[in-house]
Amino acid sequence: MTQEQTAVFSARALEKIYDMGEVQVQALRGVDLDLFASEFTVLLGPSGSGKSTLLNILGGLDRATRGTVRYLDRDLSQATERELTEYRRHYVGFVFQFYNLIPSLTARENVAVVTEIARAPMKPEEALALVGLSDRLDHFPSQLSGGQQQRVAIARAVAKNPAVLLCDEPTGALDSETGILVLEALDKINRELGTTTAVITHNSDIAMMADRVVHLSDGHIVSTERNSSKKRPRELHW
Amino acid sequence: MAFSSLDRKGLRDLWGMKGQAGAIALVLASGVATFAMSVSTLDTLKVSQADFYRGFAFADVFAQLKRAPESVALRIAEIPGVDRLETRVMAAATLDLPDYEYPVSGQIVSMPERLNRLYLRRGREPDPTRDNEVLLHEAFAIAHGFQPGDSLAAIINGRWRRLRVVGIALSPEFIYQLAPGAQIPDFKSFGILWMPRKPLATAYDVDGAFNSLSLTLAADARADDVIANLDDLLARYGGLGAFSREDQISHRFLAEEFKQLENMATMFPLIFLGVAAFLLNVVVGRLVATQREQVAILKAFGYSNAAVVLHYIKMIVVVVVAGSALGIALGMWLGQGLSAMYVEFYRFPRLIYHLRPEVGVIAVVISAAAAVAGTVFSVARAAALPPAEAMQPAKPPKYRRSVIELLGLGRRLAQPTRMIIRNIERRPVKSLLSVVGISFACAILVLGGFFRDSFDFMIDVQFRVSQLEDLSVTLVDATSAHALYSLASMDGVQHVEPYRSVPARLRFEHRTYRTAVQGMMPGGRLRRLLDAELRPIDLPTEGVILTDHLAGLLGIHPGDMLTVEVLEGNRPVRQVPVAGVVSEWVGVSAYMQLPALNRMMREGRAISGAHMAADEDRQLGLFAELKRIPRVAGASVRMKSLRDFYEIMARQVLVFALVNTLMAGTIAVGIVYNSARISLSERARELASLRVLGLTRGEISYILLGELALLTVVSLPLGCAIGAGLSQLMIEGLQTDLYRVPLVISPWTYSFSATVVCVAAFFSALLVRRKLDHLDLVAVLKTKE
Repeated sequence: MTQEQTAVFSARALEKIYDMGEVQVQALRGVDLDLFASEFTVLLGPSGSGKSTLLNILGGLDRATRGTVRYLDRDLSQATERELTEYRRHYVGFVFQFYNLIPSLTARENVAVVTEIARAPMKPEEALALVGLSDRLDHFPSQLSGGQQQRVAIARAVAKNPAVLLCDEPTGALDSETGILVLEALDKINRELGTTTAVITHNSDIAMMADRVVHLSDGHIVSTERNSSKKRPRELHW
Repeated sequence: MAFSSLDRKGLRDLWGMKGQAGAIALVLASGVATFAMSVSTLDTLKVSQADFYRGFAFADVFAQLKRAPESVALRIAEIPGVDRLETRVMAAATLDLPDYEYPVSGQIVSMPERLNRLYLRRGREPDPTRDNEVLLHEAFAIAHGFQPGDSLAAIINGRWRRLRVVGIALSPEFIYQLAPGAQIPDFKSFGILWMPRKPLATAYDVDGAFNSLSLTLAADARADDVIANLDDLLARYGGLGAFSREDQISHRFLAEEFKQLENMATMFPLIFLGVAAFLLNVVVGRLVATQREQVAILKAFGYSNAAVVLHYIKMIVVVVVAGSALGIALGMWLGQGLSAMYVEFYRFPRLIYHLRPEVGVIAVVISAAAAVAGTVFSVARAAALPPAEAMQPAKPPKYRRSVIELLGLGRRLAQPTRMIIRNIERRPVKSLLSVVGISFACAILVLGGFFRDSFDFMIDVQFRVSQLEDLSVTLVDATSAHALYSLASMDGVQHVEPYRSVPARLRFEHRTYRTAVQGMMPGGRLRRLLDAELRPIDLPTEGVILTDHLAGLLGIHPGDMLTVEVLEGNRPVRQVPVAGVVSEWVGVSAYMQLPALNRMMREGRAISGAHMAADEDRQLGLFAELKRIPRVAGASVRMKSLRDFYEIMARQVLVFALVNTLMAGTIAVGIVYNSARISLSERARELASLRVLGLTRGEISYILLGELALLTVVSLPLGCAIGAGLSQLMIEGLQTDLYRVPLVISPWTYSFSATVVCVAAFFSALLVRRKLDHLDLVAVLKTKE
């Protein structure tokens, strides 16, 4: 992997202040970050460090209070609501900690909700095969285990062939064995499709499978390190 | 068209909340059904009436007279504007029915040929060469169970005759069969009969002459001009004043009833539909608000706000269409039933059920608009949040000590009770909407019930305070007051009060009204005029007292001079000062002291009849005796008329009110149930957390259901007040010449309405309680909101 890749995302001097009614919470206090094409990045930090906020801003789910975010040549910090919707629809795949599947739709249909509005999607079946769920196409979320639900969510996120896959604590609600299955799915997609992937977690073991690890604390990036030897998810333990 | 995954989600979500969606559809269906039922019933009656009028040549102008030779008809036909003319003979008769002791009077009409033609329901037309064959009006025939082939006796012109019924008929002239001068119909004690003209004229001593006529007008003719000419022409033949269709008794009562029905048919359902729409708006809005997270996910995938809003609109439109379709079907069914019931009252040959398509369209548009507005508002609010924020649990709402606690009362309250009060205080708008919703549910129940109360009260005052006679006797012509002595001396008679009734056209400035001036005995005990506080008032020795409704119609005030154009005898025209007005609910009358009326008529002590009080157990003998007195044209029994009238009313207005009550009940249940269910989904997480912390099922139920109970209790008095207000609004539209309904709402109606709401709340609470008992603690805590 060469060092001089193009930065897909570049954030500069990002600040985010949440107005929680009577108190104000400063979640980001000036963050500079680049994410490179096809790279698997892990954002590591304890809860409250601002990593989810950062991810949400990168994904166009939220806006920074100050600072700029660019996705290639788009300035997300200046984008309108309509442009952000467009951006999410065509470029971003999300995976959430609590899966956020639509309970009234089957696995296949949950993926189809996204493929129906995407430009050049895979088939829902294809996406589910990618995460090893070909035999669960017509199951409803309530009929699936947590790990299976999360893999449906991953299939849903990658089915649109997104430019970037953003995962917020994808294994947070899972036991380690199931978590590894999920991480394998992410790893496979990153390798096979070359999808730029950012995973946030507070679990430092997961960081060992990343190309690059970004440590966050209290709204700052405290350090960035590059893994010389990436581990496969199978080799992880926690 | 293929369903998108989103559409499939919508359908499955709807199915998932089928209880709530069903309740919403029912609320809507109730509103729409009331609307469709009322409007279609009215339209059906109107269309059936128009069809009857057209098909059977209902006349435009009518006139009664003493007697005129047939040759006069030629001169009448020459009056400009007269199109078709038909003379006829009408005879008043006392009927003598086997096995029926009460007095029965009848009007025998010569068989029509061209105008007011008969619809023969059963049997055949009478043979013109026979002198004893008659047709009976259907209403009268049914009341007594007459069949073709039966016979009855009639005293015509003082002579007893046996008549044979050969058929049962209907006439556009007598759709509403009402005795002349009667205020309420009584199908048992008054009947219309038809007989070939020749034998009738012979029996009534008008051979070669006529005493009644009807005519139709040419297209460009003005009824008033023709009537004026006709009155001039008939004056020397004892004309009683020609009148147009608008004053024809059956037509006028029908028109009045239609007017009233129209008010009921528009106001009731519009209030219902309005209330249902408002409630729908609130309920749908809250329901969609609970979908906040799903809205956020869809937005995170890149669905636009418009697409998300459209998705929820589609869902709600399914409910609206289902509810409206159910409502229209139900409304049609009820409308047909109700129309059929009215037909017992109004006799049409056939009922043409008519539901205007726009009725359905209006109903759907109103409901859809309300529902969609509620949806758009809530979805837009959910969609306005950045998705990241929307996926978070809503930020902790600001709680504070409630006013009650700040007042120092809080120390006595347990923690859960404090939670209830704080929750209500923290979300005042939501609490207020809940209260308004439940109040309206209660209010429309009051609205459904008040009519019965008002009607009961009206009847009670009219017949137990104002009209106290046991029976009334009508004499053939105005008669010397000596006749009173023979009436008073009859066996069983306790008290006799004479009255004089003079048909007249009352005129003030350009406004006229045809009615009768009633001469009453000063200080009478059987008929009394009441003031607004229901105290009997004395008639002034001079001048006339008008019903306030009549004074309003004429635009006349006490002190003004009223022109009385008498329509009998030599038809004098007199000026009489208006001495005052009385508020009467039934009928439209003018009253004078009997001696004053006699003076106005420049006649001696003439009377038209008498009201009588009689021993209850001797009344039957009295009736038999009255039948034998030739000068007695008819007798009526107050309590019997009243009872019969009640029977009919019970089957009509009260059924209408009952249907409304049922619909109102459905709306109440639907709303209360939905309020409870939505509160549950809004707070499931909070309540589950409390269970995890060790609160019992009973305790968390208390927190949720206690709030519902508190809101319900607050809603009840408010609902009763709103109901009274709506009833007042409604009553303004119910004022007709027939009767004016006073606003009376009984404690029973209030308590019934409140009880229905409480029962609805109780059962909703039970259902919610069952859900609370099965709250999945782990699952609720594991997922976000």
